[in-house]
Amino acid sequence: MNAFSGALRRVRLRERGRTPRPSEPAPTSSLVDAPPVDIAPNDPIIAFFQSASGPVDVDTLTLDSPAVEALRAAGVKLVVPLVAQGELIGLLNLGARLSEQDYSADDRKLLANLAAQAAPAVRVGQLVRQQEAEVRSRERIEQELRVAQLIQQQFLPKELPELGGWQVSAHYRPAREVGGDFYDFIELPDGRVGIVVGDVTDKGVPAALVMATTRSILRSDAPRLLSPGKVLERANDLLVPDIPAQMFVTCLYGVLDPATGRLQYANAGHNVPYVARGDDVKELRARGMPLGLMPGMTYEEKEAQLAPGETILLHSDGLAEAHNPSGEMFGFPRLMELIQGRAGEAVIDAALTQLDRFTGPGWEQEDDITLVALSRSAAAPLGASDGSAHALEERVLAEFRVPSEPGNERIVMDRVTESVAEVPLSERRLQRLQTAVAEATMNAIEHGNREQAEIPVGVQVALCAGKLLVRIVDEGGERAIPDPETPDLEAKLAGLQKPRGWGLFLIRNMVDDMRVTSDERHHTIELVLELKGGQDDDQGA
Amino acid sequence: MTTRELEASTRVDAGVAVIDLHGEINRSSEAVLGAAYADAAAGDAGTVLLNFADVAYINSTGIAVIVGFLGRARSDGRRVIACALSDHYREIFEITRLSDFMPIYDDEANAVAERTG
Repeated sequence: MNAFSGALRRVRLRERGRTPRPSEPAPTSSLVDAPPVDIAPNDPIIAFFQSASGPVDVDTLTLDSPAVEALRAAGVKLVVPLVAQGELIGLLNLGARLSEQDYSADDRKLLANLAAQAAPAVRVGQLVRQQEAEVRSRERIEQELRVAQLIQQQFLPKELPELGGWQVSAHYRPAREVGGDFYDFIELPDGRVGIVVGDVTDKGVPAALVMATTRSILRSDAPRLLSPGKVLERANDLLVPDIPAQMFVTCLYGVLDPATGRLQYANAGHNVPYVARGDDVKELRARGMPLGLMPGMTYEEKEAQLAPGETILLHSDGLAEAHNPSGEMFGFPRLMELIQGRAGEAVIDAALTQLDRFTGPGWEQEDDITLVALSRSAAAPLGASDGSAHALEERVLAEFRVPSEPGNERIVMDRVTESVAEVPLSERRLQRLQTAVAEATMNAIEHGNREQAEIPVGVQVALCAGKLLVRIVDEGGERAIPDPETPDLEAKLAGLQKPRGWGLFLIRNMVDDMRVTSDERHHTIELVLELKGGQDDDQGA
Repeated sequence: MTTRELEASTRVDAGVAVIDLHGEINRSSEAVLGAAYADAAAGDAGTVLLNFADVAYINSTGIAVIVGFLGRARSDGRRVIACALSDHYREIFEITRLSDFMPIYDDEANAVAERTG
């Protein structure tokens, strides 16, 4: 049986037996609302009404039903069930006739006809009203989502800080139901920068408001307190009294000195950041409870040194805790693995690409995803002999890796060309750079990495002190790069020498300077173009 | 990355064997250039003109292939000349001194006129 909607419960009765007061006009046909009669969904009367063939006399009912008692108490004499498509959708309840006569056969017939015609109309009315309510509720939810997104976006950084010698990248991708992630960069005294990544439990507007509050607290206290542990301690104490029950905030806060790579950090229950150098990934752990749970908490403060070439990744759990269609979780080990050997933007690109591959198409993102990566430039520029502070003021234009496959020098050439689009280079200088980059990459692929596709060639393009620097790194560090000699063309033409051996010679002649450095693992060829007064910086041939 | 493999066709222009090159010159171009040289050498032309009008990329392994081509022609007593190089590759031919052994002309008409005129 269908559930009784109970929508028509009110009983209207002709008022009887009441003497009008002298001040009142004599009632001719006054009506009065009787109290509503509630009928429980499991009351046997419902089945009875549903199958009744017409009006039912309440007084003659012998059912053991609380509803019958209630109807009688309300003075109902006759009940006309309204049934549409086999479903009881309401009742027309009538009191006694004014004439105090019983309802006649004609009355009953009239009422039965009325009910038969009214029932479908009432049903339509009910459906329309139900649908309107659903639309309103959907609109309210959508509106709330928009508000939450608006708050969230309002409080995320509009631009990333420019830190000399560092590549700063961030990515925030909200879930449909905004999850309360946030990140921030806070300018601090002495050129230091505060880095925040946090996650408010709960979703929607309440989470967005707590996120905005937390951000404001951190922003106002960070420059004054400096110590990351103290900043989190203060934020916790301010949040505890006001945060809604069941909500708390996980938050990692670090203070970075870009000049030295020194990072002080504290963690309020947030995901552990990773630091990657080559294939080695380590975790930066520090103890601390999430913000807003308990007053008087203290936060362990630790310190790390980020060396050139190292990347730190801060992340919320939207990525690691994403599930694929078979219910498997993306997981932290996968995340740690993918940052190996990557830096800057490439870390974030790789994470998002692997996530897409993992979840497959049509995936509805479960939670916000926030990724913040800071990479310290691979090598302090070798040319800077005028002090390390100046040397670090380097702007990275591009950083990427390609597999060691023949022909990939063309990819590197094209990407380096794209990355220097804003650098003022004559067409001739650009073509010289392209040739040098292609040759250096070919050497790295062929001689450094011996065409093993899985060993990447690393490329970094940077501007520093009026120079354009392109660094190409391979992993053939144990094999020395020969000095570029001038090839003996006569001997080659006479067949006394092999025709090859032009690469390093070409590179040296295409750029203003070429520096080769090696450690036990890597070769780095750094190509240098002076941006002012460089060799042959003419108007083009 | 799509690279454009080298194609070469040989014809004779006013007694000069002209090899029209299309595509990129790199280490995989050796066979194509070798076959083109054989074609050119089949006639009795004493001069071979390499026409670079449709070559946009030459790398160091391509230079080596050209050195091999030039060495082979010289040992056969044939002259090799070149035309229609871009400014950038003309500069590279000068830096490598290839141009000392292979005179470079702006276009085919100039090259042929110089040889025959």
